[in-house]
Amino acid sequence: MNKILMLFLTFLKIGAFTFGGGYAMIALLQNEFVEKKKWITKEDFFNMTAIAESTPGPVAINSATYIGYRVAGFRGAAASTLAVCIPSFVIIYLISIYFDTFLSFRYVNYAFQGIQVCVVYLILKAGLQMLKEIPKNPLNIILFTAVSGSMVLFSLLAVSFSSVFYIIICGAAGVFVFLLKKLVRKGDAA
Amino acid sequence: MIYLELFLHFLKIGAVSFGGGYGMISLIRETVLENGWLTENEFLSFIAVSESTPGPLAVNMATFIGSSQGGVAGSFFATLGVILPSFIIIFIIAALIGNLLKYAGVEAFLSGVRPCVAALVLGTAFTMGLRSFFHVGNITDTVIINHREILIFILLAGIGFLFKKFKKKNLSPVIMFLIAAVLGVMLNLS
Repeated sequence: MNKILMLFLTFLKIGAFTFGGGYAMIALLQNEFVEKKKWITKEDFFNMTAIAESTPGPVAINSATYIGYRVAGFRGAAASTLAVCIPSFVIIYLISIYFDTFLSFRYVNYAFQGIQVCVVYLILKAGLQMLKEIPKNPLNIILFTAVSGSMVLFSLLAVSFSSVFYIIICGAAGVFVFLLKKLVRKGDAA
Repeated sequence: MIYLELFLHFLKIGAVSFGGGYGMISLIRETVLENGWLTENEFLSFIAVSESTPGPLAVNMATFIGSSQGGVAGSFFATLGVILPSFIIIFIIAALIGNLLKYAGVEAFLSGVRPCVAALVLGTAFTMGLRSFFHVGNITDTVIINHREILIFILLAGIGFLFKKFKKKNLSPVIMFLIAAVLGVMLNLS
């Protein structure tokens, strides 16, 4: 079987069975491509996970594009990315057609009142987990406090300020501090 | 034109969503609420659906919103929009750059983005909590205490905590949703 078709079918399978987000998928991908098929070296795979996590976009899409490209070039990347999206596209499209009707049943509506609270809980937990993993240095503490504070404040004042700006400003702050440190180090050396 | 609008909004989400999983929640929430595509409650319900089906939240959300705003073509353009930035960025990295993380500037940018994303996720959880527990969307709203939601939250947090304590791992989101659904129905009937 040719490699592009193989990629397509493998990613179709992965797209259909990856519950629980990108990280669950990493293990599945490693098993398929590094251990079973040996299309990708272990080293390249770790390189890929680092890249997938540090570039924008879902990890699932990022890794499909990367592995697809490594195995079979542009066409491999396109086939893999397409395949990984198809299952959820079909499932969510079908759900979208019936969702309103489904929610209009009384008991379903009651159930979803509980589920909505659960989602708030899960997001809060995810956020706390992220916070825990960040090193507690002055830059991180300042950025975290400034962003969370102004975000809640703006939302209470009904001022709209897109998350895009926060991300760009904080990224720029990271680069600025990096350059500043470099400058200081150079100054010390001179 | 709705297709172009969907495409561009989700293109923006795809281009700046760092952090994976709930990392992109604040931008998705802003986009769907500000455009009037979903209410807060519908948004929370859909997150639960997305977590219980395969596929990343951003992609599932694009398919779902696309369908509700512009049928199957709407789904297609929204999903294409959210995927395209990942595809292009990863393609360029895989084809031309190789190891992106060897550039110090990239790591510096990400070092600023990480605390920002944690803040955005927690800020989002906090504003969501204010709205569903105290009915406070902005500063002018009078506080109404929703006892039922608060009780569900406390019970879920308790169950999550106990499970973690005795089983040494997190309860899967789907099980949490089921428990929350039962609580929702029970508390509505009592």
